[in-house]
Amino acid sequence: MEHILLRHRDIADFNTLNVYKKNDGFAAYKNAVTKMTPTEVTQVVKDSGLRGRGGAGFPTGMKWSFIDNKNWPHYIVANADESEPGTFKDREIMEGNPFQFLEGLAIACYAVGANVAYIYLRGEFWELAAFLDQKIAEMEKEGYLGDKLFGGEYSLRMYTHLGAGAYICGEETAMLESLEGKRGQPRVRPPFPPSYGLYGKPTVINNVETFANVPPILARGANWYKSLGTADSAGVKVFSLSGRVRKPGNYELPFGTTFRELIYTYGGGVQDSRSVKAIMPAGASSSLILVNDEKVLDTPMDYASVRTIGADLGSASVIVIDDTVRMDWLVNKTVHFFNHESCGKCTPCREGTYWMSNITERIREGRGVPGDVDLLLNVAKQMQGKCLCALGEFSTMAVVTGIERFPEDFKKAVSKA
Amino acid sequence: MSKQVTLTIDGIQVTVPEGIVVADAAKMVGIDIPVFCHHPKLEPVGMCRMCLVEIGRPVRDRATGEFVIENGAPKIQFMPKLETACTNKVEDGMVVLTQTEKSREGQRSTVEFLLTSHPLDCPVCDKGGECPLQNLTMAHGPGKSRFIYDEKLRLGKHVPLGNLIVLDQERCIQCARCIRFQNEIVGDAVIDFDDRGRGTKIVSFSDPGFDSVFSGNTTDICPVGALTTRDFRFEARPWELDAQASICTQCAVGCNTTLNTRREPRAGGDITVQRVMPRQNEEVNEIWICDKGRFAYHYAESRKRLARPRVRQDAKLVSASWDAATRLAAENFLKARNDFVVLVSGRLSNEDLFNVKTLVEQSEGTGYLYSLMGGGEVTSLVGMSGGSNFANMGRGTTIVVVASDLYEEAPIWYLRVKQAADRGATLIVLNPRATKLDRFSSYVVRYAYGDEMKSVRDLSRKTKIGDAFTQAENAVILFGSDGLGIAGSAGLASACAKVLQDGGHAGKPNNGLIGVWERANDQGAWEIGFKVEENLAEAIQGKTVYIIGADPVSDDPNLAKALEGAAFVVVQDVMETATTQIADVVLPAQAFTERDGTFTSGERRVQRFYPAVPVTGEAKPDYAITSQIASHMGVTLEGTSVSALFDGLAKSVKSFEGLSYARLTEVRPQWPIVGRGDMYYGGTTYENKHGMGAQLSAAATRGETVDIPQIDKEAAPRPKEKELLAVPITRLYDRGTTVMMSADLLRDRIGGATIALHPDAAQNLGVEEGQVVNVSFDGVNGDAVVKLDDTISVGVALIPRSMGLAIREPVPANVRPQR
Repeated sequence: MEHILLRHRDIADFNTLNVYKKNDGFAAYKNAVTKMTPTEVTQVVKDSGLRGRGGAGFPTGMKWSFIDNKNWPHYIVANADESEPGTFKDREIMEGNPFQFLEGLAIACYAVGANVAYIYLRGEFWELAAFLDQKIAEMEKEGYLGDKLFGGEYSLRMYTHLGAGAYICGEETAMLESLEGKRGQPRVRPPFPPSYGLYGKPTVINNVETFANVPPILARGANWYKSLGTADSAGVKVFSLSGRVRKPGNYELPFGTTFRELIYTYGGGVQDSRSVKAIMPAGASSSLILVNDEKVLDTPMDYASVRTIGADLGSASVIVIDDTVRMDWLVNKTVHFFNHESCGKCTPCREGTYWMSNITERIREGRGVPGDVDLLLNVAKQMQGKCLCALGEFSTMAVVTGIERFPEDFKKAVSKA
Repeated sequence: MSKQVTLTIDGIQVTVPEGIVVADAAKMVGIDIPVFCHHPKLEPVGMCRMCLVEIGRPVRDRATGEFVIENGAPKIQFMPKLETACTNKVEDGMVVLTQTEKSREGQRSTVEFLLTSHPLDCPVCDKGGECPLQNLTMAHGPGKSRFIYDEKLRLGKHVPLGNLIVLDQERCIQCARCIRFQNEIVGDAVIDFDDRGRGTKIVSFSDPGFDSVFSGNTTDICPVGALTTRDFRFEARPWELDAQASICTQCAVGCNTTLNTRREPRAGGDITVQRVMPRQNEEVNEIWICDKGRFAYHYAESRKRLARPRVRQDAKLVSASWDAATRLAAENFLKARNDFVVLVSGRLSNEDLFNVKTLVEQSEGTGYLYSLMGGGEVTSLVGMSGGSNFANMGRGTTIVVVASDLYEEAPIWYLRVKQAADRGATLIVLNPRATKLDRFSSYVVRYAYGDEMKSVRDLSRKTKIGDAFTQAENAVILFGSDGLGIAGSAGLASACAKVLQDGGHAGKPNNGLIGVWERANDQGAWEIGFKVEENLAEAIQGKTVYIIGADPVSDDPNLAKALEGAAFVVVQDVMETATTQIADVVLPAQAFTERDGTFTSGERRVQRFYPAVPVTGEAKPDYAITSQIASHMGVTLEGTSVSALFDGLAKSVKSFEGLSYARLTEVRPQWPIVGRGDMYYGGTTYENKHGMGAQLSAAATRGETVDIPQIDKEAAPRPKEKELLAVPITRLYDRGTTVMMSADLLRDRIGGATIALHPDAAQNLGVEEGQVVNVSFDGVNGDAVVKLDDTISVGVALIPRSMGLAIREPVPANVRPQR
């Protein structure tokens, strides 16, 4: 099947301006700016059923329509922080297909009336930032960015901005704080960014992959896009497959593809032909899906179906865990990550992740006592529903589902003491 | 009045102003939702998660917008998660549940999380006894720790953020109140968090550390024992302390304070002041005080305090009885006839000044206010009057600050003016050099030293800045003495008074002129009728002088010389000074901590202070000493009852009419509610139970015609070639007698004599920043350290007052590099 997002895999040198232009590049953008009203653009995106690819799956068109039109200027921020362990799709899109992402970003800016867009990249993406700066400069030279575009009144400029190495800055309000030059810590919500965002102005924040979907939607229409994927989750998704599989990597597939197809058809199956014990469908933030039944692997990967097996699809960074992995070890790894990345702003996350990392460390090292597993579960549940942002909540997902779905692993771990 | 909103909290229906958060609404009706990061004066952040409650909102019909009714009552929809009471604003029909099992579980959880890293060292913690975390641990905390002791983080216990504030990193709960206070309220962003997660620590990144004159307030609003003052830490337990209401005497703002006292073993069991705390007066200082007010009180308990009367015998001062000493003074005063001169300072209370004034009137003497600033004649005419309050100034008000560095001269006014500007008031700063207030102003005008009157008169011209002033609904001018002597400030005051009066900004609330005086009661002295004398040395030369609360010998070599030639010198003061050493009679006065009385602030608010500690030796209150001297002169003055004296004052001075001690003791309900059992809400600031004072009336409201004296000041002296124009400026921490008594604590901040030069002027002289130069002018000669200020003109040198070089007014000076 021809790629919609990873088109560079089909067409050589797709990340050069000429090749991109030759393949209808920027036609959707030009058409939108010269022939459509912003509301019409938003309506097409709404009709397409496109949902945010950052993890929350919020309807993109609806987000755009929330922007406060009584307060100006408007901003758009592209979330290119891509920090979730197991997620590496945005990087490939930006490296291989940068213009489609930038075109989508430009169309979004037009739709919400933003004249400035910021691309917030994780600190480690400094080479990528320089690469994008070059692409942005090329677009300016070609008249796709700048003042009075396509002979009309619309002006647009884009800037890249590098983070300084904090997972929390992938959270949209922490990203705004960081972009403003402050400590990257999430804000209290409400107010939400579409009414109070960057510098207190209405702001739309979307993921890189979300923007990359926009040009084909405008070029081929909402109905075409809706025909891909499932009723609940329209279109295609880049699945980042990792863990104990033979061929890890990014796979662009329609929503509704099953875990089995992804792992066995595309990923080449599990290493050493072992069996799948668990799946984390959304990186380290995931609940652990218990694969005790072959039928679990036949679950279609769309937002609604994954929920039926007790997890969220999130950013679709599918980590495959085979039967050699002990869950107390795995949970220790995820908790360690969140303890390291907690920003420290709210009490439950700052203290809870620290506490959990102490307990999981004890258990993993064989110093745990049976009461520790109950305590760990209790602490995780005590954090739930109380944190300021989603990071704290995420840190408990693997812990709670690990203990509840794989009790034997924990029992074994503490019986050694 | 703002729109009101009705909601239900724990079954109680309450009506509160729109726009406030749930935690504040609950507080208003007496329901305490526990909080740590929330402070009613700070923007909500919702970070500590202590105030989690269940919040339900009425379901509205999408079509009509009306409440959906179910079983006769609006249908309420609760969120699945608990919500923070400190960030959610009240809404009509909202239902808040703070005591349900779900809410209590939320509060229990947060306390447990906070305690995982907290050392629980309450028995040795300075906050113990007035600690919100301690109280909430008792209320919500688990009896047993589920956290392994050995896994607790070990962090710094004594980390100085500056030389006044010490951080205990283990006790800190990362609520950021201190950081937010410095950023939002003060505008001195000198502390912040470093690192993240459990490693989050407060650090100061200024040099010197915690470089802000408001730093002490962070220890009041710190909800745990993380921030303590170097002055109070390890000194006493809060429950041992008594509390007495007082008024700060360090400047003309008149901050309401509480003096905490106890018996002090190191003072031989005497009762001493342990710390100075803010006392709430939302019309004066809100719940804040500056560091000078908090830390520079130690002089009152100094060893240099005068304890008994002394008279000069055979060239030596020897102890004498009160009767003998006052009789000797009185005899000389009578003998002097019209060569009798009295110098009073703004240290004295209204009652003291009233007695002196009467004595002067009933003898043949003359009385002067000892001050380096003029202009009080007009502040008593067009000054602030009843009902004025900076807190009510915002959009529609224009505040002009002229010739004053408010941050250094009157920090709390700086804070209040800054906050008025934050609320939308137009702030115009007229000053010859850059000051901290410039950042918050709408307009800054830089005039040359000497052009201050012109720059004030320009406010009535048709310019953008002029319009901002003339078209304001309310207008206030604060004038100081930056670069000015007595004549200069008097001229400036009259120019200010004129533009205010012409603009209709006199005699109504939130309008008028404020003198940024040097001392607590200068305004009171002006009201009672004292005036300043420009050529004081001449006025006292060869006279019999009665000096009360002043130290001219230290202040000015010319005055010292004049006093050498005085006929007879009587000095009445709280402390031994260079002036008491040359006196013929020394009379020991009680400090303001030992007696009662009233001061009149620069905003013309009369406020009471109360005795807090026992009297030093035989010292007496100033009014009683004056009364005793007067009795020997055949003049009868009230000498025992301050309230009777005040009544006499209210009868004879028009602006005091209608005031009495009872009036001054009245309190009005204030927001936020502070100082009760729940210190976590407002901090450890004290509730005001002893009176919020009352403002004097303005001449215009009394129906009097106000004539502003036209003062045409002589031109500033012209420096000759190679000379600079030295001008006086004021620094908060100067080398004044009272400050130096707290020098141990403030030493890094006081420093020595400095001279600020334009970089080009320094280059012309061949000197660099930090180098010592020799400065000489008008009989004064001394060394000073060079500082650079590129906002002043090249021909000017700034010399701080009371820092070792006695400068009274602009004067040509010779500056030479030291060999």
